[in-house]
Amino acid sequence: MVSVSMTVNGKAVSAKIDPRTLLVQFLRENLLLTGTHVGCDTSQCGACVVHVDGLAVKSCTTLAVACDGSTVTTIEGLAHDGALHPMQEAFREHHGLQCGFCTPGMIMTAVDLVNRKGHTLDEHTIREELEGNICRCTGYHNIVKSVAAGAQAMAGHK
Amino acid sequence: MSATGIGAPVRRKEDFRFITGKGQYTDDINRPGQTYAAFLRSPHAHATIKKIDLSAARASEGVLAILTGDDLAADKVGGLICGWMIHSKDGSPMKAGAHPALAQGKVRYVGDHIAVVVAETLAQARDAVEKIHVDYEVLAPVVALDQATKSGAPVIHDVAPNNQVYDWHLGDKAAADGAFAKAHHVTKIDLVNNRLIPNAMEPRAAIGDYDSGNDAFTLYTTSQNPHVARLVLSAFIGIAPEHKLRVIAPDVGGGFGSKIFIYAEETVCVWAAKKVGRPVKWTGDRTEAFLADAHGRDHVTHAEMALDEKGKILGLRVKTKANLGAYLSTFSSCVPTYLYAPLLSGQYNIPAIYVEVEGIYTNTAPVDAYRGAGRPEATFVIERIVEIAARELGQDPAEFRRKNFVTSFPHQTPVIMAYDTGDYGASLDKALELADYKNFQKRKKESAKNGLLRGIGFSAYIEACGIAPSAAVGSLGAGVGLWESAEVRVNPVGTVEVLTGSHSHGQGHETTFAQLVSDRLGISIDQVAIVHGDTDKVQFGMGTYGSRSGAVGMSAISKALDKVVAKAKKVAAYALEASEGDIEFKDGRFSVAGTDKSLAFGEVALQAYIAHKFSGQELEPGLKEGAFYDPTNFTFPSGVHICELEIDPDTGVTTIERWTAVDDFGNIINPMIVEGQVHGGIAQGVGQALYEGAHYDANGQLVTASYMDYCMPRADDLPSFVIDTTLTPCPSNPLGIKGCGEAGAIAAPPAVINAITDALGHEDIAMPASPQAVWRAAQKSVHKLAAE
Amino acid sequence: MYAFAYHRPGTVRQAQSALHKHEDSKLLAGGQTLIPTMKQRLASPSALIDLGHVAGLAGIEKKGRNIVIGAMTRHADVASSAVVQEHLPALADLAAHIGDPAVRHRGTIGGSLANNDPSADYPAAALALGATIITNKRKIAADDYFQGMFTTALEEGEIITKVSFPMPSKAAYAKFPNPASRYAMVGVFVAKKGSDVRVAVTGASNDGVFRAAPLEAALHTKFNAKSLEGVSVDHTSFISDIHGSADYRGNLVTVMAKRAVLKAQGK
Repeated sequence: MVSVSMTVNGKAVSAKIDPRTLLVQFLRENLLLTGTHVGCDTSQCGACVVHVDGLAVKSCTTLAVACDGSTVTTIEGLAHDGALHPMQEAFREHHGLQCGFCTPGMIMTAVDLVNRKGHTLDEHTIREELEGNICRCTGYHNIVKSVAAGAQAMAGHK
Repeated sequence: MSATGIGAPVRRKEDFRFITGKGQYTDDINRPGQTYAAFLRSPHAHATIKKIDLSAARASEGVLAILTGDDLAADKVGGLICGWMIHSKDGSPMKAGAHPALAQGKVRYVGDHIAVVVAETLAQARDAVEKIHVDYEVLAPVVALDQATKSGAPVIHDVAPNNQVYDWHLGDKAAADGAFAKAHHVTKIDLVNNRLIPNAMEPRAAIGDYDSGNDAFTLYTTSQNPHVARLVLSAFIGIAPEHKLRVIAPDVGGGFGSKIFIYAEETVCVWAAKKVGRPVKWTGDRTEAFLADAHGRDHVTHAEMALDEKGKILGLRVKTKANLGAYLSTFSSCVPTYLYAPLLSGQYNIPAIYVEVEGIYTNTAPVDAYRGAGRPEATFVIERIVEIAARELGQDPAEFRRKNFVTSFPHQTPVIMAYDTGDYGASLDKALELADYKNFQKRKKESAKNGLLRGIGFSAYIEACGIAPSAAVGSLGAGVGLWESAEVRVNPVGTVEVLTGSHSHGQGHETTFAQLVSDRLGISIDQVAIVHGDTDKVQFGMGTYGSRSGAVGMSAISKALDKVVAKAKKVAAYALEASEGDIEFKDGRFSVAGTDKSLAFGEVALQAYIAHKFSGQELEPGLKEGAFYDPTNFTFPSGVHICELEIDPDTGVTTIERWTAVDDFGNIINPMIVEGQVHGGIAQGVGQALYEGAHYDANGQLVTASYMDYCMPRADDLPSFVIDTTLTPCPSNPLGIKGCGEAGAIAAPPAVINAITDALGHEDIAMPASPQAVWRAAQKSVHKLAAE
Repeated sequence: MYAFAYHRPGTVRQAQSALHKHEDSKLLAGGQTLIPTMKQRLASPSALIDLGHVAGLAGIEKKGRNIVIGAMTRHADVASSAVVQEHLPALADLAAHIGDPAVRHRGTIGGSLANNDPSADYPAAALALGATIITNKRKIAADDYFQGMFTTALEEGEIITKVSFPMPSKAAYAKFPNPASRYAMVGVFVAKKGSDVRVAVTGASNDGVFRAAPLEAALHTKFNAKSLEGVSVDHTSFISDIHGSADYRGNLVTVMAKRAVLKAQGK
């Protein structure tokens, strides 16, 4: 067992864990933050995307212990003071989700994309940047619309 | 139309929990004292189990129990079942081999279940699985469909010595042969409908929980139809009687058919919970989903179409071999028969059709319904052969179709179905306009200048949805009726709970069903809760598949609402001291005709519960009504999809440039949600045509067992879609709904392949039309490009 | 995943001694290949030595006519580096298309080169650019470093610390991704420096990354996509799988080489 401490959604957390604990397991099982999902074993579907130190990472392909000292944001930490994050709002407004399983990873990826590439995103860029997130329900059409709208809305946020 | 009523693009009520990470999927649920299950799966496609040595595994850390097929037998736990009886041409029943949840003596596909380890942690369970030693006698596998029924092929189930499950037919052979005898032209094709793996993003999961105080079980599971799961687990597998077994299907992350079926894992979890005395949780990983979720499609077909000199279709003959895998999954037998052959008339007036289907066992994962289920296979046959016929006759493929469209309704096809209504020409016209068909040749020339091959492909599909009239499916072999139930509970303050047997796993029922209630009762959708997915709450239901939740599930709600309104009128009559016949209900108010006396819906609800005004009368207190709705016909959504694409002959990469879809879904409750269903369906259909294909090697090993090798459509593989609708309301249900859930997946594959073959100038391409496959095919047509 | 012990050294020296101390231990860099492999129980190191907290292993600098990149530099940082974008844009472009954005935030150049996956992108750049792999023990020329699929010149206990890329006059990378995995099915890196042209191919061969002599010769004559018309590489040792047989990959090598040349010429 090894000790790990990190800040998750603004709260300091510490635990003793088996070194083989993945970040996603730590979030889901230790912290009961079950909004982060596991959809594959090969680091491709992106349902598990969270932010570590402000950057999107696949929490199924990251050891929890390697995030010692890091700041982690999950889907549960995106809304503040009861107000949805603009990207969350955009997914709802543009019907960017159906079963909802890939959605947390999509939203976390989208927020990271805007953080890196700005608020005006063309369709081609959005589609390329979603390469690591698989959705089986929406055919991506409304996800692309949601991300573009969410990116614009984020310009007026914060 | 009100802002939240029928026809409004209401934003989804369920979304808040999903976008905030508060959805509750099965794996998100944890029960006190929970243990973890891991399965030992067969590494061989076909083998007898000589001996299983559990000693090392039992000694492994954290292990609580290891159970095998012997334990199932000792507990008299029944096998998994197939619920639809198909009879062969000779009248003999299909040959269903035993399907124990854990293998008994033999394994029949890679991934078949041999033993379950229950341990304190998942890692411990997996560690112990690796310590189970099985002594196998490896047998030759049956993998290739065309080899399976040959004499001397290895036998998978003793009950089916030639691996044939059934040899079934539909239609009038003599009439079809007659049509071919007088044909001016005959078009022939050989097609493979590639095997797909459904890949809902949430892997299957189950938690079995046993309450020893009440001798009662609870199963949390990823199911599209929890009541059917309970019925099968109770009546056939014998886990517990229905009143002692609660099945909860909480939020479910996509299904597409794959979560209809009753699988080994959930059966084992609920059974093992009692043996272990603690809750048992299993969460499949993606590899397990690839190996052991029921796969879809997998047909090999020869088809022939007889035509007269003008290009009118005279007849159709189809011969299909359908791969059913190693065992018959829950509804597998009906998919390549009654969900397939009756759709082979397409949108066309075809006087004579004869279809033969052989269902075949192979040493591969069971094959069952996957989005569309039988109808995409039928549409692929008819839309490919129609396209090729038009090309062979030198006719425009759109006009060839139009010439053969059914134009008067009702229309009885030669293969069971009676199409109730439709206007196929209207959808075609609109699609041609939206796709800018008239300028296609210009665009093709532009592409050629850039060294690219451009093609256009049509698909005029029809499907049979709203599954289905109970008597009809009963006469065709179904073990159940396919009605739906609903219960509308009005609370004393006028809020409403609707309990439905439909199950939402992405379809947005919490919104669309609430819209219906809002529309009928004149209350806000925020005052409506839709309850589903729990057998202790909802009395019974048949679940969600076959695009049935709108046409059948909502019709049941509609019937129950009628009863609620009828009773509320009686209550209002007492409360308003008027005669019942004078009570009018409009926009949420009950009023006495010709007066200004009225009560809001909520006030009448309160009156119903306090019952002061009709105490002691025949009228009962309370306001709660239920209904069962059994449809009188299938529904027949139809439409035209047009795919326009470019091929890079140097690499074989195909890029979809335009997608146009015009569908007739009858009346639409929420256009936003319907569009989403179409988008997703098209993506899955394009996936089948260009990207996806399950591939087993000669030894029966699944090569495409992860996203490293199974190609899922991604955002950058697809364009945005242009979609629109036409409308002929469905006459057979009270809401005029036809259904939309499967349309895209049904329509898309032939549209893509017709476009690719149009671009290439020849028909020799199979699905998935991967870059490599298209590159090879393009070798035959690049010279043509250069010569143009 | 099988159980393992976890170590977090603060210096390269500590990392080296941890590697020595624990038999069958492995270095953990970004983990984007190693962790999935371990999850599938295809690797079972006794210990992981996490390089994530080793000082001085990440960073990008221009040193004379070379771009020097620390082993723990993430793909995303190479892609977005102003220095790389200015002086070695082909490498920034390559890094910007490794895996997906989340993978690029974790994956490192050192990890990629140490693993030498036959479908990885960085080996093509290192080989075509004639990079030098700098370890805690020595400097290894790229031509000597890559020794076949998953095999390199690295010895026991040797840790990559930096990679030095000479700046070419023209260079570009063209990748044909595997439709399913998105790894390179064929990736061709073309680099021209003075009259010297080097072409390295990843993804195609069972022997891992290699230099394509026929393409180099053709481009040496004239650095032009037309020069590659009708020129092909021997594909007998190429990978054949359901996504592409050897001959298809062979075709892609020439096609991607042409596209890389056009890209290098700014076309």
